[in-house]
Amino acid sequence: MSAIEETVTEAAAVEAVPKKAMTLGYGTSLAVLVLLIAVPLLVKNFIIFQLTMLLIYAVAVLALNILTGGSGQFSLGQSAFYAVGAYTSAILMEHGGINYALTLPVAGVICFGFGFLFGQPALRLSGVYLALATFALATAMPQLLKLGAFEYWTGGVQGLVVTKPDAPFGLPMSQDMWLYYFTLAISLAIYIFSVNLLRSRSGRAFMAIRDNEIAASAMGIDVALYKTLAFGVSAGITGVAGGLGAIAVQFVAPDSYTIALAISLFLGMVVGGVGWLPGSIVGSAFIIFVPNIAEGISKGLSGAVFGVLLFLVIFLVPHGARQGAIVVQHLIGKLRGN
Amino acid sequence: MPAIHLRLGAFSAALAVLAVTSSGALAQKKYDIGATDTEIKIGNIMPYSGPASAYGVIGKTEDAYFRKINAEGGINGRKINFISYDDGYSPPKTVEQARKLVESDEVLFIFNPLGTPPNSAIQKYMNSKKVPQLFVATGATKWNDPKEFPWTMGWQPNYQSESRIYAKYILKNKPDAKIAILYQNDDYGKDYVKGLKDGLGAKAASMIIAEESYETTQPTIDSSIVKLKSTGADVFFNVTTPKFAAQAIKKMAEIEWKPLHFLNNVSSSIGSVIKPAGFENSQDIISSNYLKDTSDPQWKNDAGMMAFDAFLTKYFPEGNRIDASVMYGYTVAQGLVHVLKACGNNLSRENIMKQAASINGLELGGLLPGIKVQTSATDFAPISQLQLEKFKGEKWELFGEIISGDVGG
Amino acid sequence: MELFTNQVLAGISTGAIYACMALAVVMIYQAIDHLNFAQGEMAMFSTFISWQLMQWGVPYWGAFVLTLVLSFIGGIAIERLLFKPLAKAPILTNVAGFIALYSIVNSVAGLIWDFTIKQYPTPFGSYPFLGSQLISTHQAGMIGVTILLLIGLFFFFRFTRMGLAMRAAASLPESARLVGINTSWMIALGWGMAAAIGSIAGMMIAPVVFLEPNMMLGVLIYGFAAAVLGGLTSPLGAVIGGFLVGIMENLAGTYIPGAGNELKLPIALALIIVVLVVKPAGLLGRPIVKRV
Repeated sequence: MSAIEETVTEAAAVEAVPKKAMTLGYGTSLAVLVLLIAVPLLVKNFIIFQLTMLLIYAVAVLALNILTGGSGQFSLGQSAFYAVGAYTSAILMEHGGINYALTLPVAGVICFGFGFLFGQPALRLSGVYLALATFALATAMPQLLKLGAFEYWTGGVQGLVVTKPDAPFGLPMSQDMWLYYFTLAISLAIYIFSVNLLRSRSGRAFMAIRDNEIAASAMGIDVALYKTLAFGVSAGITGVAGGLGAIAVQFVAPDSYTIALAISLFLGMVVGGVGWLPGSIVGSAFIIFVPNIAEGISKGLSGAVFGVLLFLVIFLVPHGARQGAIVVQHLIGKLRGN
Repeated sequence: MPAIHLRLGAFSAALAVLAVTSSGALAQKKYDIGATDTEIKIGNIMPYSGPASAYGVIGKTEDAYFRKINAEGGINGRKINFISYDDGYSPPKTVEQARKLVESDEVLFIFNPLGTPPNSAIQKYMNSKKVPQLFVATGATKWNDPKEFPWTMGWQPNYQSESRIYAKYILKNKPDAKIAILYQNDDYGKDYVKGLKDGLGAKAASMIIAEESYETTQPTIDSSIVKLKSTGADVFFNVTTPKFAAQAIKKMAEIEWKPLHFLNNVSSSIGSVIKPAGFENSQDIISSNYLKDTSDPQWKNDAGMMAFDAFLTKYFPEGNRIDASVMYGYTVAQGLVHVLKACGNNLSRENIMKQAASINGLELGGLLPGIKVQTSATDFAPISQLQLEKFKGEKWELFGEIISGDVGG
Repeated sequence: MELFTNQVLAGISTGAIYACMALAVVMIYQAIDHLNFAQGEMAMFSTFISWQLMQWGVPYWGAFVLTLVLSFIGGIAIERLLFKPLAKAPILTNVAGFIALYSIVNSVAGLIWDFTIKQYPTPFGSYPFLGSQLISTHQAGMIGVTILLLIGLFFFFRFTRMGLAMRAAASLPESARLVGINTSWMIALGWGMAAAIGSIAGMMIAPVVFLEPNMMLGVLIYGFAAAVLGGLTSPLGAVIGGFLVGIMENLAGTYIPGAGNELKLPIALALIIVVLVVKPAGLLGRPIVKRV
């Protein structure tokens, strides 16, 4: 409104998380890993399926965390990358007859390229503007998937049915259990890759940009390159998650990848703690199980109950699960001190 | 010690008695998981939240109807335990909920899950598990495919056969029509358009002069109506859901476009579409139906409608009777009760599909007079009849014969 | 040519819907420096309240004023109860709060008033406006109301103490506090005003799109797009943005061959992104210079 340009020292949208605080200690990591390996041996196939979905969404939340928590860019459009990954896997499997495991790297590479390209115009945008651009991408994606021109490949509005893989080498386990361990292996690989990425030179560059873009560029960091790279990596990982999701659910359709998915992933990141990678699995658990709990409390008001539960969580721990973890750590420290 | 011995003895005696009676009973009774002497466990998946939440009322109506059945003694002495979950119209969630119902809640079958994409997502799973996916709440043609998917069965007339009926009407009464189409850009809209094109056959290309689609995220479709009017079409085929149908009817009146208007059955409800759009704007619209319209004065003293109202008053007072989905849920729940009664004491999944596939001329209170539920081992489309209707004054005037329009899957 | 004029006119009439909502979006952005994802749902809820009042026999304008007041109070109450405790939390946590609020309001409205569409009255009638069948008197009235609101907001922010204080509190909270502005209450006031403007938008939009719990879902996406296109800091920009989005969408649907019809929304959004890449603060927004 005023003609004078205002000068604002804007606080970074994402507060700085020291890189050490982004991961778990070795002991805790090992305990979680043992738990993740052991649990499927004790539960029904349905629970195993739910756990598989838990891992898949955790990977997608992790990808968003690298983008937002790592490089400070905000995205409400992760569902678009997830969809591209899912359709890539589905199309390669059903039309190309390619082994499911081989479709995942392809999905990852295609999504990396897509994210990298999308990162170019996004470079010029930040904050709410970037939010709107990514939001637009997420809204447009189902419409693109429905497009008549691609119908032969995508199945159009009807979607594609995907065949679920059997355990290889005649391993005596159910399809669900095999898929779980397969997903677990990939998730672990992605987690280790992400932790190392953020600890590497690139990761430091991401965080420098997140904390202060202008200062980062003054230090000689190629801001444009690293920002688009962050988009690419995040999209690539999301794409792998999407591919896994397509295999686990055995079905892809435009209705599966609406803006609601992007919002869920975003909520998962906030609840897990922005910038804290292990929180991704907590966030993923939130977006899978809390709607079920809400529905159990009241069918007619499930949305309201979900909203109330979400408010409770952000009131108690505004910084997400990371805050909870810190509290627990302090408690343990105190106990040891005594 | 002796006391325990005694108890153990009594216990084993009881076991022996139980074994005898149950083996005796086995001769007549047959159960799969989810059915017992006292209970039938039925699963259901509905979009209680999300973009399609308007249809959630179907699940609530069914729940209310089964409460009525239970209050009246159940089915052959067994109470219905109706477990309905929310999938928010998101196929991955549908898969999760279906697996929860089948593997964790151990239901006997899943009844009336809603929507084409959600049902497509679970069809393969249900058939490989051999658990019935009974009377799905969608009008796609693909549910009538007993050869490929013997565990999946549709319910309502399919979209394609409905538009074929309109095509037939147009070819007969207005052979030189210039047709404009407005459709929702999803499986439902595209099915209707396909049906119309197939019905018009070779003449489709020359008769259809304009097609407009819309997305459900759009606030209004007003500009599409403006555009379609400018094409000079004299027949309008309106394939929209209730909100958009009402917008279209209102906008057409505003810009004084008066083509021969075909409105799909999805939006033919007087209470939830025609009345909000205005009676004066809706005169002479042609549609078709298989259910009685709850807002239509002509059914006021109809026995079926009175039973429906009695049910609403007693078991579902919060239900909005003008909502067409309530009548839908009521009728399909009645259809299921018929099947379960026919199963007698053989509540195996196989027998449920067998009984569902041998409904012969069943008439239900909510169906238009003369419309019957009919299935066979090769026909998995329970309701495939419709009757054309024209809107006059404040009610639908049925005209012509009851038309059967089966389109194979 | 006639088709072109028709499409532009039709675009203006849908654009009026977006412009109305975009004003409410700008209002909240001025107050809290962020977009509120629950804004559409709050407007929808207000509109339902006015509808309910009319069902109880309150005349239109009575219901209109009463709803404005109730929405204003409701907006302030929401801020005090739900978002004041989050004032120190990270921005992204606040966004999660907006999503939670969205979910609650939508679900409660669905339970109270169910999902069947309701007819909503208009004070302007719905006849052809000035002989043009493309714009009805209601749409003309809606454009009029939007312009009145715009002028009102302009004067409020430019010339009243409170307006100036509110802008100061949003853009430079620390400095504002130093000069004695109660920034916390300014934010609450901003919520109240945004809720009131949202309720006007809702009551203007409902006669066109019919009243039901999901009615604002699409409107809000376009409202955001319009506000961002015009520049989030400029009410005039938001209104112009609204009309532009409406027109662009229609012309894209009409003239881009093949995919145009199926991809109206994506094309309109892509155009907005192009504009933003060229002018990152929107058409009329003031650029913000960042300092290290």
